[in-house]
Amino acid sequence: MKLIFDKSVPARCGVRPTRSDVASTINIRREFLRDTPAEISELSELDVIRHFTQLSRRNFGVDTNFYPLGSCTMKYNPKVAERIASYPGFAHLHPLLPQLRGGGMLTQGALAVIYEMDMLLREITGMAGFTMQPMAGAHGELAGIMIMAAYHRDKGNKKTTVLVPDSAHGTNPASAAIAGYKVVSVPSNNKGVMDVKALKSALNDEVAGLMLTCPNTLGLFNPHIKEICDLVHSVDGLTYYDGANLNAIVGKARPGDFGFDIVHINLHKTFATPHGGGGPGAGPVGVTEKLLCYLPVSIVVKRDDGTYALEYDRPKSIGYIAPFYGNFAVILRAYVYILMLGREGLIRVAENAVLNANYIRVKLKDYFEQAVNAICKHECVLSPSKKMLEAGVHAIDVAKALIDKGFHPPTVYFPTTVKEAMMIEPTETESKETLDAFIEAMIDIAALAESEPEKIKAAPVTTPVCRPDETAAAKNLDLACL
Amino acid sequence: MPFIANTDEQRKRMLADIGLTREQLFSDIPKELLCGRLNMPDGLPEQEVRGILAELAGKNSIDLTLFLGGGFYDHFIPAAVYSIVSRSEFYTAYTPYQPEVSQGTLQAIYEYQSMICRLTDMEAANASLYDGGTAMYEAMMMALRVTGRNKVIIDTSVNPIYRVMIESYTKNLKIELVQTHCATGLVDREQILSKLDDKTAAVILQNPNFFGCIDDFGDIAEKAHSKGVLLAVSCYPISLGILKTPGAMGADIVTGEGQSLGMPLSFGGPYLGFMATRMKYVRKMPGRIVGQTLDRQGRRCFVMTLQAREQHIRRDKATSNICSNEALCALTALVYLSLLGKQGLRETAQLCADKASYAYKRLTAIPGVKPHFRAKWFFNEFVLDLPCEAADVIAKLIEKGFAAGFPLSRYYPDMKNCILVCVTEKRTKQQIGMFAEALESVL
Repeated sequence: MKLIFDKSVPARCGVRPTRSDVASTINIRREFLRDTPAEISELSELDVIRHFTQLSRRNFGVDTNFYPLGSCTMKYNPKVAERIASYPGFAHLHPLLPQLRGGGMLTQGALAVIYEMDMLLREITGMAGFTMQPMAGAHGELAGIMIMAAYHRDKGNKKTTVLVPDSAHGTNPASAAIAGYKVVSVPSNNKGVMDVKALKSALNDEVAGLMLTCPNTLGLFNPHIKEICDLVHSVDGLTYYDGANLNAIVGKARPGDFGFDIVHINLHKTFATPHGGGGPGAGPVGVTEKLLCYLPVSIVVKRDDGTYALEYDRPKSIGYIAPFYGNFAVILRAYVYILMLGREGLIRVAENAVLNANYIRVKLKDYFEQAVNAICKHECVLSPSKKMLEAGVHAIDVAKALIDKGFHPPTVYFPTTVKEAMMIEPTETESKETLDAFIEAMIDIAALAESEPEKIKAAPVTTPVCRPDETAAAKNLDLACL
Repeated sequence: MPFIANTDEQRKRMLADIGLTREQLFSDIPKELLCGRLNMPDGLPEQEVRGILAELAGKNSIDLTLFLGGGFYDHFIPAAVYSIVSRSEFYTAYTPYQPEVSQGTLQAIYEYQSMICRLTDMEAANASLYDGGTAMYEAMMMALRVTGRNKVIIDTSVNPIYRVMIESYTKNLKIELVQTHCATGLVDREQILSKLDDKTAAVILQNPNFFGCIDDFGDIAEKAHSKGVLLAVSCYPISLGILKTPGAMGADIVTGEGQSLGMPLSFGGPYLGFMATRMKYVRKMPGRIVGQTLDRQGRRCFVMTLQAREQHIRRDKATSNICSNEALCALTALVYLSLLGKQGLRETAQLCADKASYAYKRLTAIPGVKPHFRAKWFFNEFVLDLPCEAADVIAKLIEKGFAAGFPLSRYYPDMKNCILVCVTEKRTKQQIGMFAEALESVL
């Protein structure tokens, strides 16, 4: 498809700016002005609409296809949340208003949403309080590690290291490193979860904390989770719960009860806000009582008279990590979702997510290798069978063959602790019919891999483009049309 | 149950099919860790939820006439922006890991990167960061990687909201942050040059700066480069419809808040951090980057590239921890710019400057109201000295239906009587006139 710049026609107009009702007096010194206008494409409104409508048709999304991308929780995004986020009372609200004297009363509705969301997340996770500021999961991790650092600084602890399991998301080690810590990886045992013995030998007085997902990226719940938290606490380390996989246990179990000190939640995963082709997300962070004082500035509080206000006087706080109160419109969507589901609905989320994942796992275990033969939670990790690999068919080929059958592929080659990993997360919003169709497609692919592997290696053939040359992309960098 | 398709009957069949019971599915969680009944309300139907949220939305005042900016602006958003961005093929997709089924997102990001480069006169842009503040922090970290140095100079005319964010982020790091003080509205060359040395990684500036004043940092870029120091400039994208670009000034890294490009204010987010740089530094740039290549049949296509910089490959050695970014906001900016086009963007910028200039004349004609700075070139914001405390005046004007501006004493304690006033193309001559009358009446 042509680039938008290739469709440009000189002097063609799109949207007309408003007419001027004041004199045009360039009150700016000549040398501060640009010499020539920016080369923005010149198109009619219809040109633009058609260009982007055509582009949109070259995408898979949750609304068009089953999207079992492991660890990303691609569940259905309720339309009502989109509608509510566009209410003018929310969409047109200037974030600086509550910072004006008397301005807090002008934003009571928005502050109420943030406060009530804090309360709900406390109950759901078992934590003592939240900041809504982090704008993505990784941002929440960074905020969490900054809180960890503030705690140790405050106590005069000399801590240098953060532990992460070998199966962790890449953001965990990256966030810890960016916050100034050395990262040490802890191996998994043969059951696919963190090895308690290995943890014990990695623990020492320099350990600031441990970052962990539970269930982990193999979809496995670590039965020793409480013991793990206790061990880390025994060296005055803090435990960090990466909430990327919270969908598996929401309403059933709470990280706060396991012994975690800091928790982040990906609202775009568990609480159904749209992933937007790569964001925006939201990654609120919750902490235990003793860490409340380190939460970022500002925090929404409820006064005795029932009104809401922003609290800035937080001397031990890690400071500001967002310009305002987080990705408000994302928080709002997640709030709508939780109100609609309620207590019972949340339990059903976890139960159905886990049932759907196990249904796929068991139905496919005779055709693919299971990473671990055990009940999984929200996702399962499979690999191509020995026979498939002998025929030269790899995880990436299975992924591409799925595309031709109308499915978005699972996450492939992650976690790196499993060879040829395919991480499948169906989510609770998918029906038995969809799962059956996916299972059938996977079984077809497994059979075809042995009979006609070249067909699978050629996939996909139904898409507007086939497999791209990624090596050439990195070698002959073409990053912009200038 | 809302949003769950399977019926009880189907669930029973599925469990029977795989030989498991409902209880077994959670048997791996130790019993003492199951939480029991949560203390929260039961779920509500859509109609009731919409009622509750409509009531909450009604408790927010959006009928004030906004002269409030501070880096976050009330610009006009064409209807077509929302039409495109609300296409669920875009908004229900995720990171384009599988290029064959993500060409829509990938090409849009490539076009967005191109648009940002064209706007700023730079050579490469990433696929977005969270907001203008984190973008500036990431620019600083990038400069440290490029130069291998650890001192950074940042001027007080840079948005104080960004500066406090950078202070938080660097608390646990070995970075020397040096602040230079802006007294005249323009950055003090002598101060900056006196602090430049061979330990300095970057000078961080903003144009137009937080006070709305316009500058040309070409001379600073030259001096900085002669000492191996990078110049990072934060800019306001709408202003680049008419203003000299950071690229033309010699900036090495350009960042900014992209909210003004078609995103509603939404009480603080989601917004858009953009970042662009020179090709020679692209491997040190954080964030997703999309590149053009060919598929096996020689057709043009787009893929995520230079992924070896990123956390999912490099883990603790990555250039940044960012994963989810603001892709849908980047799409919004691209669609907004495409709709305005070359002429529309220039006119919008011109309208902002003209209306601000008109407001400046009207407001400074009020007895007791004076421009604060000697520097007289501004884009669409300016600082006024009031005869009394700005915060008080602002509170009084809220009563009259105006968000009059930002009280600078919040971040600049010695500017108690100063107000930062912003005018966008949405403000009319009549509104400006009424605002001037209201201001005069409360002084």
